[in-house]
Amino acid sequence: MSETHSTDASAPPPDELRAIASGTVASGTVASGTVASGSDASGSDDSRSLTRRRRHGPAWHRFGELAVRVMALTAVLAIVLIFAFVLREAIPILWEDSSLHLADLFSPRQWANYDAPVYVWQPVGSVAKMNIVPLFVGTLKVTVLALFFAVPLAIGSAIFVSQYAPRRVREIVKPAIELLAGVPSVVLGFFALMLLATWVQDTLGLPYRLNALVASMGLALAVIPVIFTISEDALDAVPRELKEASLALGARGWQTTLRVVLPAALPGIAAAVILGFGRAIGETMVVLMASGNAAVMVPFDPTSSARTVTATIAAELGEVSQGDAHWRVLFMLGVMLFCVTFVLNRIGVAVVARLHRKLTAAGP
Amino acid sequence: MPHDARSSAPRTLASALCAALFFASVLVGACSGGHRSGAGGASAGEPSTLTIAGSDTMVILAQRFAEAYMRAHPGTTIQVSGGGSGTGIAALVNGTTTIADASRAMKDDEKARVRTQRHADAHETRVALDAVAIYVHVSNPLQQLTIAQLASIYRGQVTNWRDVGGADRQIILYSRENNSGTYVYFKEHVLADADFATHAQTLPGTAAVINAVSRDPGGIGYGGIAFATGVRPVALVGSAGTPIEPTLATATSGAYPLARFLFMYTAGEPAGTAKEFLEWVTSPEGQALVEPVGYFPVPRGGA
Repeated sequence: MSETHSTDASAPPPDELRAIASGTVASGTVASGTVASGSDASGSDDSRSLTRRRRHGPAWHRFGELAVRVMALTAVLAIVLIFAFVLREAIPILWEDSSLHLADLFSPRQWANYDAPVYVWQPVGSVAKMNIVPLFVGTLKVTVLALFFAVPLAIGSAIFVSQYAPRRVREIVKPAIELLAGVPSVVLGFFALMLLATWVQDTLGLPYRLNALVASMGLALAVIPVIFTISEDALDAVPRELKEASLALGARGWQTTLRVVLPAALPGIAAAVILGFGRAIGETMVVLMASGNAAVMVPFDPTSSARTVTATIAAELGEVSQGDAHWRVLFMLGVMLFCVTFVLNRIGVAVVARLHRKLTAAGP
Repeated sequence: MPHDARSSAPRTLASALCAALFFASVLVGACSGGHRSGAGGASAGEPSTLTIAGSDTMVILAQRFAEAYMRAHPGTTIQVSGGGSGTGIAALVNGTTTIADASRAMKDDEKARVRTQRHADAHETRVALDAVAIYVHVSNPLQQLTIAQLASIYRGQVTNWRDVGGADRQIILYSRENNSGTYVYFKEHVLADADFATHAQTLPGTAAVINAVSRDPGGIGYGGIAFATGVRPVALVGSAGTPIEPTLATATSGAYPLARFLFMYTAGEPAGTAKEFLEWVTSPEGQALVEPVGYFPVPRGGA
């Protein structure tokens, strides 16, 4: 038990959340003393001697352990290295190059030839205008819209697959949805660009063929498998006893699903949505291809274009010469994206932990 | 046992993080040190290999040049990549390419950067003539545009085709990403350095712009003349006051207002393989390849 806890703490977020997602219910049942957790309580002496025997095993065992440990550390090292590199390229913006005012990155400014103070991202030209607010507006617009499509679809299909689908149907539907995760995002982008865009424009009569709506629909395809897989795991981990007890008390099928199974799996589903958000906000190719990439300040119109932070970095980083203000701003965007996803993951874990505590305190 | 594991886990993690940070700083230091020497190595290079990077407009052209040259000179390897004129020039500054393709003239600050980083002046070779064409959907009845109309369209001041003599339909602007030489050329020569309208959709590559315009009855785009398939180029009103179609004759004579040269840049006078290659490109043999690609040969005496 303690071993698994310590590995949980150092594992990358997705596994951590998944472990929590499926572990919620299992440890929730520890209180009532059912299921497999009994072996832990009675067998702590056994497990200790087992551990000792493992520690003193043949040399190659110890070598194997060391190798695994090095691999785990490599992952941590990679993250630290990436962050250090991105930060190193971004941070000099704070003191060098006086032509760029930091305030212009965030607040509107009335440039020459403009009638009013504006948020504009026009980094190339005689006067570089690098206001990053429209980029974050675009990112949030596309991401939230993508979740709007993906969350109901993914959770709905997770409930169906885990609770209602006959085995034969489940064995087709589940791998099919999970197969979506394996579709390269450039293919999803191409699909959105060539087919979805035309269809959406013809159906809704939109002025812009490429827009946030089309991009978020393509993006939803990338996010659905993430949310589906984790939600389905969580729903599947709800012990049968809970369901059976509910049915035995006279609850109907739908009542059991909505009031017993769903609440028990809620932390896992919350984790799924947060991870889906992380996937959507970091996705590049689909939005680069299908969103039209115009950096407009129109937060609430899904039929307008959107330029995301990721697409901006991808499209522009190749162009800038190393070390100038534009280069630094792009890296700063990278740092911000990194921090946002990191904080999101932390918040996700915290929310999950609190929900988990609440559930276990209340008792299933 | 559980206590041991719990208390040691954070300590291990903390020491791991410390170690990671240490390695990070060492590696970052090593990277920044190694970069310069890598750049030097690339410029020295092996004599029989050549890298060309830059303008997306010129990728097909540079590839044709490279293929024909390699066929004529076995043993020479030429690698061509795109990415945009800015990318190519940045690569020339950083020393990761020998020749930079550019669909616009190099800017002064870029020339200065080549001088400080490569210790040589940028050397310009004109390899072809291009006409930046203005594309509309095939169903668009619009016949001609003046440069002023084009500028007000792309600055977002005119938003309906009706106002420039077309049908009553919203104008959908398609533009290139800002790493594109064509973007910069258009901004300088059409917009007089004003900004594009913020609602102009920027797409990666001329092919993407053409594809978008070909599917959008209200669309307008711009790009090299070689890409004109599935869309209709619009005649532009030149200084003489008559509409002029982008053709070999009008581009060569300078009557078409948006005719431009396509360039290849080297850091310093080209030498070795680069010199031979560029001499071959500007020779009649090399120039014969330009028109099949869709561009126009450099006029005699203009090279």
